[in-house]
Amino acid sequence: MGEVIVITSGKGGVGKTTTTANLGTGFALIGKKVVLVDADIGLRNLDVVMGLENRIVYDLVDVTEGNCRLKQALIRDKRYETLYLLPAAQTRDKNAVNPEQMKQLCRELSEDFDYVLIDCPAGIEQGFKNAIAGADRAVIVTTPEVSAVRDADRIIGLLEAEGKHNPKLIVNRIRPSMVKRGDMMDIDDIIDILAVDLLGIIPEDEYIVISTNRGEPAVVNPASAASTAYKNIVRRLNGENVPLIKFDANNGIVSKLKRFFGFGEG
Amino acid sequence: MLDLIQKMLGREANGSKQIAKDRLRLVLVHDRVNVSPQFMEFLKEDMIKVISNYMEINEREMEVNLTQTNSSVALVASIPVNRMKRGAVPAE
Ligand SMILES: Nc1ncnc2c1ncn2[C@@H]1O[C@H](COP(=O)(O)OP(=O)(O)O)[C@@H](O)[C@H]1O
Ligand SMILES: [Mg+2]
Repeated sequence: MGEVIVITSGKGGVGKTTTTANLGTGFALIGKKVVLVDADIGLRNLDVVMGLENRIVYDLVDVTEGNCRLKQALIRDKRYETLYLLPAAQTRDKNAVNPEQMKQLCRELSEDFDYVLIDCPAGIEQGFKNAIAGADRAVIVTTPEVSAVRDADRIIGLLEAEGKHNPKLIVNRIRPSMVKRGDMMDIDDIIDILAVDLLGIIPEDEYIVISTNRGEPAVVNPASAASTAYKNIVRRLNGENVPLIKFDANNGIVSKLKRFFGFGEG
Repeated sequence: MLDLIQKMLGREANGSKQIAKDRLRLVLVHDRVNVSPQFMEFLKEDMIKVISNYMEINEREMEVNLTQTNSSVALVASIPVNRMKRGAVPAE
């Protein structure tokens, strides 16, 4: 039995789809059999971020409505043996699926895969409820901004109410230079306010844009600063104990001093 | 002095980050109360339990609310007391 993990956030545009694509590819890189499920019905994105948009025949709604078998709708990524995508329907809306169907789908997928990653739509309505229905655990993505952290807090409450406890947090788009000059909330601030466990930190990275243009997740690009961060998160999800890397803009004496005084980011 | 040390260590006390944190904290106080409609009721019931060890209060006219000033949120309670208990001991 594999594990079903939903990638969620509340607020749109904080990096759920990017995270799903990179973690999924990262799992494939360490040889895990993984399927990415695009639960953003009506606004499908994950196929494009993965560069698989030309290979879609059937979609998630075709599966739940019985127009095809589950296996027929899965697209295998030719670059990585063990990586699959189940695309969202583009011409339907969120109400085309219900939580019970999603649970069933996740159960079936987890029989065949080590990891099932669900890319959740923005919002707290039906689409969110569908996306979390079959999940064993939740990963929350936020950015270091008031509105995104606020929405993350709301999502943590809603997950709790649905019996999904201990979600893990990814803070995306951290800019070390802004944190350093006191113009961006740092990780400790956010963790302190949300009172959840930190899963990882992804820096703001131009390669994310470049790789999205190419349809090739940044995690495979060694030049990308985000790549190492994604790989570490994959290993943590896989049960390894990997220390947090710091994206401090300062590597000199100041950072040593800071650490000495206990101001480091752990 | 602390300010100076913080500046030396790259922690500006008055960057926009501090404003962000303060605003976030305030907004979450209200969000979290509103998530659960029973939140204030539970709090009230617990307060009644504790206070009743020491005095007899008028539960009907008791009021417990959150009020907000510019920079902080306060819990304001108005609890009419009917009678004090004699020789009260803290409950376990
Ligand atoms: N770490 C990052 N660095 C730079 N750009 C990013 C990063 N994470 C996400 N983005 C960009 O932000 C935008 C929104 O990301 P996306 O994953 O689509 O968010 P969501 O799925 O939460 O709506 C995309 O254009 C993406 O390329
Ligand atoms: Mg998305």
